[in-house]
Amino acid sequence: MDIETTNGTQVKLTAKDYASDQDVRWCPGCGDYSILAQVQRVMPSFNIPKEKTVFVAGIGCSSRFPYYMNTYGFHSIHGRATAVASGLKLARPDLDVWIASGDGDLLSIGGNHFIHLLRRNINTVILLFNNRIYGLTKGQYSPTSEHGKITKSSPMGSLEEPFNPLTLALGAGASFVARTMDRDPKHMQDMIAKAHEFRGTSFVETFQNCNIYNDGAFLTYTEKDTKPEHTVFIEHGKPLLFGKSKELGIKLNGFRPEIISLEDGKHTINDVIVHDETSRELAMIIAQFTDMKDFPVPFGVLYKVERPLYEEQMEQQIVEAKEKLGEGDLEKLLFAGNTWEIK
Amino acid sequence: MEKTVEVLKSATVRFAGDSGDGMQIVGSRFTETSAFFGNDLSTFPDYPAEIRAPAGTLFGVSGFQIQFSSQDVYSPGDEPDVLVAMNPAALKVNLKDLKKHGTIIANEDAFIEKNLNLAGYKSNPLDDGSLAGYKLIKVPITRATNNAVKDLGLTAKDANRCKNFYALGITYWLYDRPLEITMQWLESKFSKNKVIAEANVKALKAGFYFGETAEIFTTRYKVAPAKLPKGIYRNITGNHAAALGILAASLKSGLPLFLGSYPITPASDILHDLASYKNFGVKTFQAEDEIAAICASIGAAFGGSLAFTSTSGPGMALKQEAIGLAVMVELPLVIANIQRGGPSTGLPTKTEQADLFQAILGRNGECPVPVVAASSPADCFMMMFEAARIACKFMTPVIFLSDGYLANGAEPWRIPHESELPIIEGDFRTEKEGYFPYMRDEFLARPWVKPGTPGMEHRIGGLEKQHITGNVSYDTNNHEFMVKLRAEKVKNIENHIPLAEVEGDQEGELLILGWGSTYGAITSARVRLLAKGYNVSRVHLRYLNPFPKNLGEVLKRFKHVLVPELNLGQLSFIMKAEYLLDVIPMNKVQGLPFKASEIENKVIELLKK
Repeated sequence: MDIETTNGTQVKLTAKDYASDQDVRWCPGCGDYSILAQVQRVMPSFNIPKEKTVFVAGIGCSSRFPYYMNTYGFHSIHGRATAVASGLKLARPDLDVWIASGDGDLLSIGGNHFIHLLRRNINTVILLFNNRIYGLTKGQYSPTSEHGKITKSSPMGSLEEPFNPLTLALGAGASFVARTMDRDPKHMQDMIAKAHEFRGTSFVETFQNCNIYNDGAFLTYTEKDTKPEHTVFIEHGKPLLFGKSKELGIKLNGFRPEIISLEDGKHTINDVIVHDETSRELAMIIAQFTDMKDFPVPFGVLYKVERPLYEEQMEQQIVEAKEKLGEGDLEKLLFAGNTWEIK
Repeated sequence: MEKTVEVLKSATVRFAGDSGDGMQIVGSRFTETSAFFGNDLSTFPDYPAEIRAPAGTLFGVSGFQIQFSSQDVYSPGDEPDVLVAMNPAALKVNLKDLKKHGTIIANEDAFIEKNLNLAGYKSNPLDDGSLAGYKLIKVPITRATNNAVKDLGLTAKDANRCKNFYALGITYWLYDRPLEITMQWLESKFSKNKVIAEANVKALKAGFYFGETAEIFTTRYKVAPAKLPKGIYRNITGNHAAALGILAASLKSGLPLFLGSYPITPASDILHDLASYKNFGVKTFQAEDEIAAICASIGAAFGGSLAFTSTSGPGMALKQEAIGLAVMVELPLVIANIQRGGPSTGLPTKTEQADLFQAILGRNGECPVPVVAASSPADCFMMMFEAARIACKFMTPVIFLSDGYLANGAEPWRIPHESELPIIEGDFRTEKEGYFPYMRDEFLARPWVKPGTPGMEHRIGGLEKQHITGNVSYDTNNHEFMVKLRAEKVKNIENHIPLAEVEGDQEGELLILGWGSTYGAITSARVRLLAKGYNVSRVHLRYLNPFPKNLGEVLKRFKHVLVPELNLGQLSFIMKAEYLLDVIPMNKVQGLPFKASEIENKVIELLKK
């Protein structure tokens, strides 16, 4: 596809055009490579000039991401990518602003900025690389590490309950919440594309393997043998089915989800929840499968409802102020109020 | 009774009452009227951190002092001539400052047992003779106010709340001030509640007529307009001037203004002011915390805005890491620190100059940041403008220092015309040929390239940068080179700021070296010292990093250098380190500005040795 750049020339961009000249320095086998590849692969389809794209990151393995993208990029400080990106997008609504962040960066040191960006709904995409461990500081437990996790800083096991990033995001008022995994490139590309297409703050959690400090954390969900029974891929308007031959489903008994078999003669497909991505209540229930015994871990777009953009309302107030007060006149403002002349 | 009229060169009035009594409001009205009348003036609002501290308590006392004059005024005055005390606590807290034989106007209705107990008075000072050394005027302000507004059908609470304007009316009569400006203010302030406006106007007039008709005032004072330089003037506080200064810089640079800020005393008014300038295209962002505020501003700077963040000491401490990022990515950013008493939460509403170290020496690593400081409320305009100029020209964060005293204090300001203000260079590079993100111009500044510029996509960040290319570099020699380059870039700014100017003899026995808000007190002290025959010179610093390049040489021409500061000697420490000069520190950390007499006495003591 030809993309018109801001100076009017037509160029045909491919994934390669989005790779910078810097050597990628992640450990061989890291899940981050897959995320980088999928992002570079889908970028040309957006039909946005490369110079209009900015990747902002904080600190951590994931946060080196901007250096590897041949777009504008900002590798900021620990936890603050969302804050830097907010200011950038508010100042420049014309830019396509992305945030690359890890579980420590986004949910621990940057937790405050994360929830506030979600509630404000500034049109950006947040890519959470969740490997449930601190990689760059060499293996301490993270805010998404499971209780009891043995790490260098928790030799007898972590005492902390992990965050579920999806319920956290939904609780903070997020308008787009999705999850994908590093080992499913097609699904990830789809999620990234949907997140980008959405007008508002889009949050995509990716289960990403750290093969050095937390290898195999997501194997149950990513490997062929176990994936069908331990994951449920949700789509708007489709029933929540899983299992090797989609023989299992999830129904609601009041507010409580239950796993049912479609082969036991007692249940039919009509008992199964049909996903409605416009229901925050349902999204909250599905998000919690992640931490429920025997329940499949959900992937896909859990929630997606557009609402007014912060930056558009900000621009609108400026328009209204100009209509009401007239275009700002510095001379008039300086000499406003009670003045007197000394002759 | 025939009343005598005495002409004064200057007078100082202090209004004191409960923090809910509206003392700041009437103080501001007195200021506005005096400014409009043509007096030179200086004000000092002093109020508790609590919004409505318990009524009648000593710690709940709020005060507003103004000195107004037919001559130049540099400070709000050391000792009030008149103290308006709305209750016993206000009297107790403020009496020690009142001039010998000064006038007390006391609201006798408030001197009841409960309030006397709260203030710790064993007997009523209005009756027990303890105020015999003063001119005591007892006025039933509460009853008289209620009487004045009784036909308007107000609630008792609303009627009582007008008593500050009654007290103001008395002082207007005493100093022969016109009522019209305050009446206009009331009518516009309460345009949606005309009864309240009318009640306050009635109270104001009743107070004025009380002065006229009561037999207790024998003298009335006149303070003629001052002979200020020609021009059009307005009265302005430091925070308001700072907001106008950064707005002017935005318009003179053609860069859209972005403020990321988190509310904090005493800086919040800057956020409020800029939030009301939306018709100038100003974007203000009230962030979730101090760190987000500065980081959002850094993001906006990357996007090509004139980026600004405003805060006070504790917020400044939180922003230090991000200031380091701005130093590393070399983007223009103005950081305003409206200093207050510290450490920690400290004294939120009181003034101090103890963040100089934090400004010059804060942050991790070798992290040079230019620092400027305003010397008076009106000067906040020009120094904020300067901060923006330096930031854009040299691609660097710049710290602007003010303090609680300047922020809330007011003075007449000769308003500059827009055309008198210089253009600020804030140019973006769009030329792709030969471009590298960390190449340097003759000022050692790197080019500013906005995202959206085709063919110039680049990445910046907090990791050390390779010279010229801006790629991440862990090369040890490159690191040292870059550390020195960043230091040299800031040091070189000394060639683009004014030289230190000595007021008075260019060499001699004693020079007073000040910075920031001590300007007024030092000036007043020096005027008095010269009148007494003491030959004292002075230098006042508005540029604190780098210093004016002749500063060391200037200071060495004097036998003694006295450095008054509202801290434990931070500028003194730097002078000793920078110039190996045995300067004499003079320090005060009481949350209050210097009195001119304190500096005057210190100089006399030094010169008599």
